[in-house]
Amino acid sequence: MAEYAVELREVSKHFGPVVAVDTVSLSIGDGEFFSLLGPSGCGKTTTLRLIAGFELPTQGDVYIDGQLQGETPPYRRPVNTVFQNYALFPHMTVFQNVAFGLEMQKVPKEEIRQRVLAALEMVQLPGMENRKPDQLSGGQQQRIALARALVNRPKVLLLDEPLGALDLKLRKAMQLELKALQHRVGITFIYVTHDQEEALTMSERIAVMHKGRVLQMGPPAEIYEQPADRFVADFIGETNFLEGRVSEVRAGEVTVLVDGALEVPVPATANVVGGQQTTLAIRPEKISLHASPHDLPALPGRIEEVIYIGTDTRYLVRLTEQTMVMVREQNLGAGDMVRFHTGQPVYVSWVFGCARLLTE
Amino acid sequence: MTRTSRRQTWRLLFLISPSLFWLIVFFFLPLILVFAISFGQRGTYGGVKWVLNLENYLRFFDPLYLRIFGRSVFIALATTVICLLVGYPLAYFIANRPPRWRNGLLLFLMIPFWTNFLVRTYAWLLLLRDAGLINLFWTGPLHNLLAQLALVVPLPIWGPLLNVTSTPLKLFATDGAIIIGLVYAWLPDMVLPCYAAIERLDYSLVEAAQDLYANRLKSFLRVILPLTMSGIVAGSVLVFIPSLGAYVTPDLLGGAKSIMIGNVIYSQFMSARDYPFGSAISFVLMAVMLVGTLIYFRMGKE
Repeated sequence: MAEYAVELREVSKHFGPVVAVDTVSLSIGDGEFFSLLGPSGCGKTTTLRLIAGFELPTQGDVYIDGQLQGETPPYRRPVNTVFQNYALFPHMTVFQNVAFGLEMQKVPKEEIRQRVLAALEMVQLPGMENRKPDQLSGGQQQRIALARALVNRPKVLLLDEPLGALDLKLRKAMQLELKALQHRVGITFIYVTHDQEEALTMSERIAVMHKGRVLQMGPPAEIYEQPADRFVADFIGETNFLEGRVSEVRAGEVTVLVDGALEVPVPATANVVGGQQTTLAIRPEKISLHASPHDLPALPGRIEEVIYIGTDTRYLVRLTEQTMVMVREQNLGAGDMVRFHTGQPVYVSWVFGCARLLTE
Repeated sequence: MTRTSRRQTWRLLFLISPSLFWLIVFFFLPLILVFAISFGQRGTYGGVKWVLNLENYLRFFDPLYLRIFGRSVFIALATTVICLLVGYPLAYFIANRPPRWRNGLLLFLMIPFWTNFLVRTYAWLLLLRDAGLINLFWTGPLHNLLAQLALVVPLPIWGPLLNVTSTPLKLFATDGAIIIGLVYAWLPDMVLPCYAAIERLDYSLVEAAQDLYANRLKSFLRVILPLTMSGIVAGSVLVFIPSLGAYVTPDLLGGAKSIMIGNVIYSQFMSARDYPFGSAISFVLMAVMLVGTLIYFRMGKE
């Protein structure tokens, strides 16, 4: 067995003057749930299409199961795709749709029948064989598309925003179901999505893409907790950005002067130089609010706005003339959840390691 | 019926009244007239004697007319098949160009049809006849070129080739000439419906087929063809019906020998002055077309 299910080596794809995918290298392990995450137009779908063989790379090589793909057409690659709009054949029944791939591979009739029925069982739609796709709901069509791909037992399953057209509740349920299904069948899933929550929920590893490049690749917690740059920090979850200048560099610690007034200590990163312009990133849920200066080093501020959103309460806190931070407090316990009121002076603090210095 | 729905019915009737009027006066009434005449008898000096008889319909089954009718069906079928074989790939090609090219290409397809139909058919006559352009080339430059080649490279094939090119090809006044003329005349009627169907086809379905191990031929046969069948059916009907009833093209390109059922109808009305028999043939033709079209549409649905 090959070391990786899919490997991209410095793959680029140009459409005329447009660089859709820019020297992307990926190694996706056997049985891994891997997500390509990014805003629309970031090159994630093109990357998927390069693996499926619908596009051929301008430069670089695509390997599937250790085999160099070169110009291998899609119908000779051991991968199957779940399309964004499902792409079910409207003139065929559900059975014919699911059987299509097996038929093309000249699998014996009786085996086709057994495997199709098993696949429909697997996606929890038994007894739908004779329906036409337009007689199914969006969620059911989605499951049929999944069955149609998985019935072939591909080496790798490619999913192009498969849940994009479903409503929120169904999408959440399908996320968990897909994850469980992937666990059960043990097939490598490569999942394209622009929904960061979806990627965090389902993936073992995520590659965040922007303008054709992979900005960061790693497990969800790493992507969220240690974003490599400003784009990743901004795209995944909510982040407060504080602009400042490095005023002091010591072993393992750097002090950043925000707006020339606020001294904020942060963990040092490699190659920080004194006097450098820099950006601090801190997640709203990492910040805590206090009525009086605590034993922790705390920064003084004033509540600008209070937003109650059920699970949390958000406070917009003004630290200086130019700088405000969003603070998110989980609504634990019972009673009045709004602890502070507009105009009230407060102190903000966080665990030392939570603020991160970003390099542009 | 409630008051509002009755009022809606009246409003609808009012809206369709112009087309309804047109259809009744210029289509339905003449049709009834022709139908009535078809049961009459030819008057001694032309005109119609109103006697109810089936004589005209029985006369159609004379082997002479049946043969002409059979040939007409054959020519119309051949025209339809050739139009399909030429038109579908052309429509596919145009539909797969970038959007900004498509309208221009369709326009190119249409440009010849801005010229009068009769003039265009005469142009084919100039090309196809014994002393026409094609034969001038065939017996002139082509024959001479082969003769020159034969002098340079002696090969046994030159003899028969020179022999063939020494006499003009028999193109004019054949069924082939009629078919060429009809294909030329009705090709856009095949291309446009096919184009509309192909252009509407969701290309991700073709990708899905290829993703599911169907090679180009298989994905064409199993996905593209069935999903564009509506265009093929519509195009075929649009080509077959006017071809079967064609009159001008066989008249000009078929010479005296190759005639179609349209020419027979024409001659019944214009030369033989046998209105009842001409009407009867028209009705038989219409019935055949109607039945054929219904069968074809049903086939397309399955």
